[in-house]
Amino acid sequence: MKFLNRALLLILLLIASRGSGQAFDLGGFELHGFSELRGGIRLQNDAHQDSISLFEGRLQLEAAQQQDLYSWTLRGDLLADGVLDNQNQNLNRGSGLFDLREANLLFSPLDTVDIKLGRQILTWGTGDLIFLNDLFPKDWQSFFIGRDTEYLKAPSDALMLSWFPDWGTVDVVYTPQFDPDRYISGERISYFNPLLGRLAGENDSSRVTRPDTWLSDDELALRLSHNFGSTESAIYIYRGFWKSPTGFDVASGTNIFNELNVYGASLRAPLFGGVGNVEFSWYDSADDRSCDDPLVPNSELRFLGGFERELLPELTAGFQYYLEYLQDYTAYRQTLPSGTPQRDEFRHLLTLRLTRLLLNQNLTLSLFTFWSPSDADFYLRPNLSYKLTDAWLLTAGANLFGGENLDTFFGQFEKNTNAYVGIRYSF
Amino acid sequence: MKTILLILTLFLPFAAQATDVEQIIEKANLASYYAGNDGRADVRMTIYDAKGGTRERQFTVLRLNSRNANQKFYVYFREPADVRKMAYLVWKKVGGDDDRWLWLPALNLKKRIAPGDKRTSFVGSDFLYEDISGRGPDEDNHQLVSENNDSWMIKNSPKDPDSVEFSYYMVWIDKQTYLPLKAEYYDKSDKLYRRVSAVKIETIDGYPTVLEAVAEDLNSGSKTVNSFSRVKYDIGLKKRIFTERFLRRPPREVRQ
Repeated sequence: MKFLNRALLLILLLIASRGSGQAFDLGGFELHGFSELRGGIRLQNDAHQDSISLFEGRLQLEAAQQQDLYSWTLRGDLLADGVLDNQNQNLNRGSGLFDLREANLLFSPLDTVDIKLGRQILTWGTGDLIFLNDLFPKDWQSFFIGRDTEYLKAPSDALMLSWFPDWGTVDVVYTPQFDPDRYISGERISYFNPLLGRLAGENDSSRVTRPDTWLSDDELALRLSHNFGSTESAIYIYRGFWKSPTGFDVASGTNIFNELNVYGASLRAPLFGGVGNVEFSWYDSADDRSCDDPLVPNSELRFLGGFERELLPELTAGFQYYLEYLQDYTAYRQTLPSGTPQRDEFRHLLTLRLTRLLLNQNLTLSLFTFWSPSDADFYLRPNLSYKLTDAWLLTAGANLFGGENLDTFFGQFEKNTNAYVGIRYSF
Repeated sequence: MKTILLILTLFLPFAAQATDVEQIIEKANLASYYAGNDGRADVRMTIYDAKGGTRERQFTVLRLNSRNANQKFYVYFREPADVRKMAYLVWKKVGGDDDRWLWLPALNLKKRIAPGDKRTSFVGSDFLYEDISGRGPDEDNHQLVSENNDSWMIKNSPKDPDSVEFSYYMVWIDKQTYLPLKAEYYDKSDKLYRRVSAVKIETIDGYPTVLEAVAEDLNSGSKTVNSFSRVKYDIGLKKRIFTERFLRRPPREVRQ
């Protein structure tokens, strides 16, 4: 019933928004957005989940105003969700009727300084769907169930200060209250829970404690960037927490977010008729520098190398190699409780993206593949999207997971393999 | 000595003509793509397919000339709604691959785009990337075929035929403004298959300017009309506009 009521509400709003046939112009600022219906099903039988993986109506509205001295943006989604049982309104998790994507004010106190304050989407780094130095919140659930790629990025409630001296750019992002990922919790996507020793789904909700004290459980992210001609370079620093609850507190029996510092750098430049990038980072797991606590993630070194180029007109290929190196592996193995699945010291991951544009660029066929030879698992994301008109977009795709083991990163999601379709009207 | 003189005299008319053609092409290139130090324009692009369907794009272009004929472009999209607020940044490098970035506002992402074939469609229209940013005059051999009181007709043959889809194209250049009035492209079997024409020209801020251009694909029957409005030159665009800062925050010059 809840879903029907919400769906009805969305339809009414949609009719209202189409009333003028165009986007609203509300005296000085415009109202834009889209409405969308999406549905998807599991292609495998998952004992822990419904067979419907995605069934929702969404209305995104955006109001914005740009002035010389300041600009502001308000962007949010009304969502009628037909899948989730628990639909309590939660702006951090993005559950409930309303998901606020942006609510921010941008102004320039000095000629060379911009400040953006409020809820905002933040992204940096050079990877394609692989993030090393971008510790801003992600929404892996949305990504895996077949929502638009836009929803991989979850919003941050933060202050971003950017300084633009002649020699480069300095960006500082301060998040006064830790914004974790919208991590895999079992409610939409089942995953391997090492404590249960099996897959966990919507009825296995684990207890999670989020560090949430304002101004003390905070995050700080910094980027220094500089261009050498066509080469873009950057240095990154992050101080905060692991973005998913990968730690465990025995006393309270809850999953926790341990402290994390990340230091890294990246380069991106033209290379062999395409674009090449390298990025590395050191994940300093500050709560367990001695690496002898099996309940706290060890520190890691991460490396990414990528190359993208056009193979033929309207056909582009992108290739990436990604490495995670788990530090103090011997200590990790010695302290690992028996029966717990063991990670490899080196995790290798290869990705390939193929994008083909057809029919005057109105039809986009794309395939993104992740394959890990060390984990022996894979994740394929085929997608087709067709612009029926300038306003109507049809999309269809799938999220195909597989692997030899239940406990590897993509292997654990095998039962979540799904296919989806969607239709969107933009205005 | 006499022989040398004779040879010189024989070649002189050709040499002189060659220089003339190169000069015409050079001036036409400057008139088409380099007017002023900088400029802006609002563009309405209407794509008519052969079945009568239309699609429309609206965007604002900022352009800044830099050294060695290199240029920077900032393209800010308004329509259609699904690309609204996207921005496209190009650092054009003559004789090399352009640096290009696309700003995706929903992800707050500055995506670097791999260099592409310049003879592919620009945003799905009948205009090609090269029609918008300019084809290097050095990439073709030029031959003056005929002229009348108003225009020169020049045949352009690619120096590297394998790099392009045409075998040659004819261009008519206006003697007064040096603007190309029409270009007709012939395929490898010598069949006319593509036409780009300037249908409305006015002088703005002292620079003859194309205010309406049409590209026709004679094979598919589709055509695209580009209308330019609010064109201005020498508005004092700063280099810093063509950086990530102003992708995140569109500059005043693109706002309406």
